[in-house]
This record gives sequence, structure tokens and C-alpha cells, in this order.
Amino acid sequence: MKFALFIGCNIPARVGQYLTSARAVLDRLGVELADFRSFGCCGYPLRSLDQQGYLLSSARNLAIAENAGLDILALCKCCFGSLKKAAQVLKESPSLKEEINRFLGREGLEYQSRVQVKHILSVLYHDVGLEALQGKIIKPYKGLKVAPQVGCHALRPSRVTQFDDPLHPVIFDALVRATGAESLAWDSRLDCCGAPLLGVNDEVSLQRTRDKIKKSREAGADYLCTACPFCHLQFETAQKRPLSSEGSEKPVAPLLYTQLLGLSLGIEEERLWSREDSVDSRGIRSYIREDEKHA
Amino acid sequence: MVYQFFLPLALAIFGLGLIYKIYFWFSKGLVRTSRNFTTWERVQAAFQGIFKTIFSLQAGALAKALVLDVLFQRRTFKEDLLRWAMHMSIYWGFMVLLLMHALGSLVMAPLFPPYYSTVNPFFFLRDLSGLLVLAGMSLAVYRRFIQKVPRLKTHFMDYYALAILMLILGSGILMEGIKITSYSEFLQMARDFGTIDSKWEGNQELQALETLWVRQYGLVSPNVKGPVDPQVLARGREIHEMSCLECHSATSWAFLGYPTAKLLSPIALFLDRTGLPAILWVVHVLSCLVGLAYLPFSKMGHILFTPLSLLMNAVMDRERSHPANIATRQMIELDACTHCGTCSTRCSVGAVYETWGNENILPSEKLHSLKALVRGKALEPVQLRSLLEGVYCCTSCDRCTVVCPSGINLRELWVDLKEDLVQRGIPERLILSPYSFVRGLNQALHPRKEYDAPIQMVRQAVALPFEEGKKGGIPLDLSHQAPALPVFLPDARNFANCFVCQNCTNICPVVAAFENPEEALGLLPHQIMTSLGLGLLDPARGNRMIWDCLTCYQCQEHCPQGVMVTDLLYELKNLAAGNQRGSAGLTGQGGLRS
Repeated sequence: MKFALFIGCNIPARVGQYLTSARAVLDRLGVELADFRSFGCCGYPLRSLDQQGYLLSSARNLAIAENAGLDILALCKCCFGSLKKAAQVLKESPSLKEEINRFLGREGLEYQSRVQVKHILSVLYHDVGLEALQGKIIKPYKGLKVAPQVGCHALRPSRVTQFDDPLHPVIFDALVRATGAESLAWDSRLDCCGAPLLGVNDEVSLQRTRDKIKKSREAGADYLCTACPFCHLQFETAQKRPLSSEGSEKPVAPLLYTQLLGLSLGIEEERLWSREDSVDSRGIRSYIREDEKHA
Repeated sequence: MVYQFFLPLALAIFGLGLIYKIYFWFSKGLVRTSRNFTTWERVQAAFQGIFKTIFSLQAGALAKALVLDVLFQRRTFKEDLLRWAMHMSIYWGFMVLLLMHALGSLVMAPLFPPYYSTVNPFFFLRDLSGLLVLAGMSLAVYRRFIQKVPRLKTHFMDYYALAILMLILGSGILMEGIKITSYSEFLQMARDFGTIDSKWEGNQELQALETLWVRQYGLVSPNVKGPVDPQVLARGREIHEMSCLECHSATSWAFLGYPTAKLLSPIALFLDRTGLPAILWVVHVLSCLVGLAYLPFSKMGHILFTPLSLLMNAVMDRERSHPANIATRQMIELDACTHCGTCSTRCSVGAVYETWGNENILPSEKLHSLKALVRGKALEPVQLRSLLEGVYCCTSCDRCTVVCPSGINLRELWVDLKEDLVQRGIPERLILSPYSFVRGLNQALHPRKEYDAPIQMVRQAVALPFEEGKKGGIPLDLSHQAPALPVFLPDARNFANCFVCQNCTNICPVVAAFENPEEALGLLPHQIMTSLGLGLLDPARGNRMIWDCLTCYQCQEHCPQGVMVTDLLYELKNLAAGNQRGSAGLTGQGGLRS
């Protein structure tokens, strides 16, 4: 099992712990990764303004992976959604594909729609398999309540992303439960984290984020579980600042799924928390079952 | 004569150039980093910073950077082995030539007395270093002009750097070759250093030496022809051992000059008579002096400035360093750029350059424009817009900074440049896209008013072209045909299926965020779909809602009619933005092809 690892732009610069923890976890589970220096931006931020530029950016990456005969494993849900959408558009529109390939040709690339794009959660659930994953868990959690943030751009539009059931998604919950933690069916789990509007309309953006944090707290969550750098940064940023309405409340720290899983797989903390959290999430180690701690 | 006049002149220009550069570093800056400091404060901060660094644990970090990054060029090594070999060859070859050959009397003579550049190992080393530089330069020429590296740009400065090195090297090797063949040079040397008595004309001793040099050391003489008496040759060798050997290794050790001499030997006598050796000497020395005088202003200045950048970045960062020193470092970094193009070939948004053709998207070119900007050059409005567009579509992925062989903190330069430019009132539409995410993350670093103003201004600017169309008054076309919307993605055309159930609006988290959404957003999603159905494009693309869409796809997922609501909002943003790009006079394609 080998994939072309797609890390996008946010992760190397701002969420490095996602990269190291994902590598550690996938390595432990026998998933091989190939790195491509030539990968560029997925085109996601450009889509609002120039869909051609967006398609070209995405297609370039698809072509690079295709050229190497590998499917793509994306860590970021916005990268995942963008690549998926581009792959679908290019598959359904030969004229657009021809146009994009003209541009790609300048770099000696061509895209033929032979690449699959997967998000890391899909790979863990479908390709590694829930049972295999459960079998490797040596330090399960006890009494840990986690609110998974499913993530819009992976879930919707479901016809394009084909990630999970858009109304009753199960993958993320199952993956959380596999570690022994409880996955909360909280009120706002399918909602947007607010990140796409940060810097454009901060009021709406952060209101979404704060609302979600509040709901996760009300549901009794110890941590918000993320598998996307945008969601993750959004939850961090909103809680780093003094919040007038809930300044005194205890934060609900965002925790990357690869960190949650990694610790229960027995991976060293340095690899999982390679970058300092803005809102500390290392507290999860106290939820590891007592009888396992000394094992 | 040439030397005595031009050396001080070249040194003076070089010195003035350096002073100008230093003045530039301390007096110019990006507004955001430099506005709170005077030149004098920056000079003081620099002295304090240098003092503190040298007398602290950071001195170790400096030493490490000096060895690994400057002398060994680790950053290039990590990026590309071939380019590392290329640059190391030029760098070390040139350094040896500079210290051992050009500055021989200053550097080598005190170290290795008595020092003769024509004695091994120095004699051989000189040509070896020359060969290294030549090999490195051949690789450089190959990379620039033969290997088509995407997005690698070549400017006048890159040509100049190759040309001046070529001239220095070429004239040197040619001169070496011609001097080996030169009869007049031989006579001069024999006269100056020979232990041969009395008269020269017809002197048998001299003829013996000459014969030996013709036979064994590449000399071309008008006198030595035909078969040679072995006794003469033996006598020649005796004289050679007495007079020449001490300060002259065999010319074949100059393995670049010797073959050149052999190549030139058929026309060597003619060349010697024209006085070419002396002319070449002038060319060689003058090209070195031009290179020296022009160094601070040219790409070759990187010899001095790039190590500075590498060392500073090894010990400085935004959290710990004095902000005045950051402002100064950024200016030094502009001079440390070698225009190698690594950043541009690796840039995450390089593909955007391919569609828009805006060179300012590429970091190496952006840095060039930034240099002009801080120098105070009056840029045309369209140049400023192109620069802002180029810097705003940076995703702050950090890659250019990680790969820059000169250790320049490019990411910070872009963040600060972005802020400088958005404060100039340029309505850059990219502000309304997720490209603003990083600016939003760092909101706390900006004064509130400065942070908000550009966003509000752009929001108004993107709606402006459609104000007339929004007023109505145009008769509606109510034929049953759905009007053609110039969509980019083919499946986003089905807005006519909308039967106004308002599911999209009811589930929209943005609509839910406002008590009075119509006042805040203009048309709501279902109204936009209706508007499109009626062929009213301007009210749809001219309202705030499209820019406030979270793109969470709830509307599209929940539409019972399968209308691509979110995708249509994307199309409308493209239509509005493309329009804005066109009116800004930016070249290249933006948005739709229509």
C-alpha cells in the first residue's frame, strides 16, 4: 500500500505536527508514502476568483501523481475536496481537460484521469481497515470524550467527494472509537469551522468557530478532534484570543486525529507533538488506561 | 601603468558602492517593519545586536552557519546535488584563484616564502582552480540556457555575472597559453633571470636554452628548426636547471595553458609580434578591476551579501530580535538574492503564474520588484497592482524560505510586502478569497483599522461595476429558455431547476449568522438562484452574499432539485472578479475564458 503524500501549503508552515504525526502513524500501520517536491498548491484559495487557475493547479498535482503511478493521500480536507472536484470536472469535461493539458504540456505533464484521491481518514478506514487498526492499538484511552470535526470539504458535495454518508457520516466516529475514546454525537459536528471566511469576514468566520466550540463544550467534549489544518488552526486561533463571551471558560483544545491515534499506537510524543500547540492538547495522555500505562 | 591607475579607481568605486549599500540597508525598508525607526536607531540596534550575538551562546550558531551554510553551502546541497557541485566548483575555484593568484603577493608570499606562482604546487593549482570554475560555469550555462527549467527567469544581471567570469577566465587562460609560446617573453625572461654571459646576439648558450624550451616547454621560436643536436639539448638542460628550474615548473603542469599554447603554436610568432600577450594582460586585469568596481551593484555582490544573510538568519528571528534589526535584515536580504530561481521553480503557486503570466507571482521576480519599490522608484499603478496580485496569491507555505540557498526569509518579506501594498488602497480582489486566511490568523498583529480597511474597500470595489445593473429598469426576458450563464464548470448550469423551496437559505450558516440577513448580505441563496433564472446576472454577482459564502456546500447537498448552489456562487465570484481584473488592466487571463 503506497500513496503520494499531499501535504498542501498550511501543514508545512503552520501545522507541522500533523505531518510528523501522520507519517508516524501511517508508517506504524504499514502505509508507504512517496514525497513529491514538485507538488504545489491544490488551487483551493484560487477557486473563488479563477476556476481555470484552480483547475490547472489541481490537475498539475494529479498529473504528477499519475505519472508516478500512485494515488494521492491528502492530509488537508480542503486540498482533498479541491483535488476531488478537479478530478471529477476533468473526467466529465474532455474540452476542459484538453485545455488544462495544454498548459501542463509546458512542463511535460499530461493528465489522463487515472488517479484516485483519498483523505487520510478514508485510507485508515477503508485501506488499512478498522480491524487492522484496532489490532495495533496498545494504549487505549478510557473516559476520553472527543468531538470529531467532520469537515465540510471532505464531506460535501458528497457526489464529488464520496467520502462518507453526508447526513450520517460514520468513518470519523469509528476511527475515534477504535482508540477507546468516546466519539460524541454533538450538535454541530457537520457544520463548517469558519475557516474559509477568515480574513474575509472575520465576524461570520469566528462566530461559526466559537459557536462550534461552545457546542462541543456543552456536549461534554474534552477535545475537538480534527483532521484538517484549516479546522485545526481555526479552533486554535479562536481560543488563543481573549473571547469576550467566554473568556473565562476552559478551552476545548483541538487535537489532530493522527495525534489521538498515534499516542494509542504507542508512538513517542515528540513525533506527535513536533510543534508546540497554541492551545495545549497533550493532556490526552492522562486518559490512557491505568493498567496500560505501565505495560 | 594600467594597473597603477585603475586599481585605486576600482577600489574607490567598490568602496563607495559598499557605502551606498550600507546606507541603503539602514535607511530603506518595508513600511510595516521600518516605520517606527530612524536610520540612526537602526544603526544603534545593529551594533547592539552584533555585540550581543558575538558575546553569547549564539556565537556557536554563527560559527556553525559559517562552516555549513557559507563554506560548505549546505542549503544548495540539500536542494540539488548537481547545482551544489556547480556552485562549489565556481566558489572554491574562484576563491583559490583570488587568494593565490590575484592576491598572491598579499596572501601567499607571507605564508609560503619564497613564493613563486610558477612553481608547483601553485602552478598546477592555478590551472586546476581555473578548470573548476570553467566546469562550474559550463554547468551554469547548461542550466540557464539549455536545460529548460520551468519558471526560471534570466535577467541582464545573470548574463553579466556569467560574462564577467568568462572574460576573466578566458583572458587568463589565453594569456597563459600565449605567454608559453611567446618568443619575446622568453628573451625577456632569459635576460632578466638567465646566468648566461656576455653578448646575446648569436650566443650559443642562449640558443641551447631556446632549443630546449622549444622542444619541451612549448616555446615557438623563429630560430629553431629542423633536427636538433642532442649535445645542444643537453647543454640547454644544464642552463635550464641553473637559471629557470628554481622558479619555474615545466609548462605542461599548466594543463589549461599548455594545450592552448600547442593549439596556437602555428600562429604564435605572428601573435607575439602583434603584442597580444600585453593586450591580453590588460584585458585580464581590466576585467578583474571592472568586476571588482561593479561588484557591489551587480549579482556578484552576493559573494559578500549572501554570507551576511545566511549568518543573520542563523541567529535572528521575529520573536527575539530587535524589530529595527529585522527591518535592516530584510534590506540586506534583497541584496543577498542571487536570482538563482530556486524559489520560483519550487513555488507552490507556480501553476497560477502559468495561467496569469504575472511574473510577480514568482518569488525571485517579486523580490526584484520589491527592490525597486523600496528604492523609491515610482511604480505605475498597474505595476503596483500586479505586484499586489503576485504577493497576495502567496499561500505562505514557507517553501521558498526553506529552499532559498541564500537563507533569505522570503515568507516574512511577502507578508510585510502584502501589508504595505494593501494599505495603499489597491482594491485587490484576492483579499476576498481564502488567500486571506493567514492574514486573518495574524489579525492580532495589525491595528484594527488597518486590518479592516482593505477588506471593506475591496468589498465595495467588486460590487461597484454591477450597481447600475442592480437598479433594475431593464425589461425582464421571461421566455421559457433558461438564459445562458457563461459558467466555467459545465455542470453548474442547472439553476433553472430551482423551485424556490428555500432549503438552501434555511440551511445556510452564513444566513443564520445574521438577525436581518437580507440587510447584511443582499440577496440570499434562493434569491440568487431565482435571479439567475430570470437572467438577472448583475444583481446576482453584485451582492455581498457571494463573497460571504463559507463554501460549506450545505445548500448544494440539501437542494432537492440538485441545483449546484455553491458551485454557482463560485461561478458568480469568478464573473465578478474576472471583471475586476480586466478593468485593472492586468494582462493574462483571469477567471472566465469568454
